[in-house]
Amino acid sequence: MTAPLLEVDHLAVHFGELRVLEDVELTVPRGQAVGIVGPNGAGKSTLLSAISGVERATAGSVRLAGRDVTRTSAAQRCRLGVGRSFQIPRPFGDLTVFENALVGAERGARLRGAPAREQALRALETAGLLHLANKPAGSLPLLGRKRLELARALATGPDLLLLDEIAGGLTEAEAEELVATVLSLKESGVTILWIEHVVKALVQVVDRLVCLAYGRIRVDGDPHEVLASDEVAEVYLGGTAA
Amino acid sequence: MNWLNAILQGVLLGGIFAMAAAGLSLVFGVMRIANLAHGDLMILGGYVASVTAAHYGVPVPVTIVVSMIAVGALGYLVQRSLLDRAMGLGELAPMLVTFGISVIIPNVLVQVFSSDAQPLPIGSLGTASIDLGGGLAIGWFPLITVAAAVAVLVSLHLFLFRTQPGRIVRATSDDRAVVRLMGVDNRRVYALTSVIAFATVALAGVLYTMRQGGVTPFEGQLTVLFAFETVIIGGLGSLWGTLAGGVVLGVAQSVGAQISPDLPLLTGHVVFLLVLVFRPQGLFGRSVLA
Repeated sequence: MTAPLLEVDHLAVHFGELRVLEDVELTVPRGQAVGIVGPNGAGKSTLLSAISGVERATAGSVRLAGRDVTRTSAAQRCRLGVGRSFQIPRPFGDLTVFENALVGAERGARLRGAPAREQALRALETAGLLHLANKPAGSLPLLGRKRLELARALATGPDLLLLDEIAGGLTEAEAEELVATVLSLKESGVTILWIEHVVKALVQVVDRLVCLAYGRIRVDGDPHEVLASDEVAEVYLGGTAA
Repeated sequence: MNWLNAILQGVLLGGIFAMAAAGLSLVFGVMRIANLAHGDLMILGGYVASVTAAHYGVPVPVTIVVSMIAVGALGYLVQRSLLDRAMGLGELAPMLVTFGISVIIPNVLVQVFSSDAQPLPIGSLGTASIDLGGGLAIGWFPLITVAAAVAVLVSLHLFLFRTQPGRIVRATSDDRAVVRLMGVDNRRVYALTSVIAFATVALAGVLYTMRQGGVTPFEGQLTVLFAFETVIIGGLGSLWGTLAGGVVLGVAQSVGAQISPDLPLLTGHVVFLLVLVFRPQGLFGRSVLA
């Protein structure tokens, strides 16, 4: 029996007195797609940050395929197969779209020359950005920047893909396209952790849904059961006006 | 014709300023550190060349390479041992570290070599010139420094825009947090950047020392000002702007000297201030606050 791809154990992230995450337990087997929902400020993005190494855990541990990476740098975790997109896109504005993806392929996936270029191009194709490859990334509109976040994460050749609100602001048709893209990634064996407010898109892809509120996991299970649960109703109605 | 000559000499002087400013601009662009020790490192580069030539009998042209390697290696050590840590403490800490270095370098130089000028003779090359007729002449050596400056800036440009490590340096300059998520060890990028910046400023220092015939410990206080002025006149983040900034500053200084021998520094500063007031983003830059 091999170790699950991701094991988050008693994870806590505090910023001074502010306890953003507390005692989070999450185990994701290889190949599973897990959705994360929860009100604003629940700690969803911070959870992805702690998994990708942007934020350090205050307590608890993160394991990747059985290996403890709690103290491992973000760069090293990327090379171990963690790819992440940001909720607020942060492209390298001075580089072209292609160069943005190429950095991921060369450093994250440790490829060189033609294989690196091919992987970067495939990532752009998957994200629907191939026709904009030679544009400066800084010139992209918001939708393009969101797609670039996905493309860059894909270019690093991730085993574990962390997606942070990539469907927000998309039209119906664009969201359909995105769902198809993420489904095809899942079918290719990538393990996915996806934060999304657009629940309709999310449930088409994920096998499992986790609801996070006030830094803790409140419900974890089958997507439709979780959405129908009393806890989720309470979290959303009793939480923010969103 | 004297005025034309002053402008011509100013253009040639600008080459050294541009070279000195290139490393400053690079370090600021990638690490957001205003390196206050940049002028002193330039002078240190001159000392390394002078001392290896005078005391170890190294041929003068070879001292350029020796100085670039020695100061470049120092850049690696400073980045890894001091600046990396300081960068973790906040925005001000690295600048204070460079301020400390800018105090240490000239004082150590005075202790070891006294305040006497350390010569770096280049023989007849120092006076050889091409006569353009009509009282105009271009010195061979100033011409070489301009060629070297253009070569340094072109190489930097090619490195940044045509190579894989250069692309990663640019990406790190855009967003140092995100590159880490793409598998880039940003500390290695910083170390590489520092080595390049220190080595180019050493080259500028050696050429400066050759031009002046020698070097004294506290000249860095002035050269750092020239480097900063060059970067700001030209515009941050633009290598061609850096060359233009060097030329503008050089011409301002030599035209000032043509008016009166007391004036070159003042005219240089005045032009700098005018640019800062009327075009704060620099002649070719996007924004000083980028």
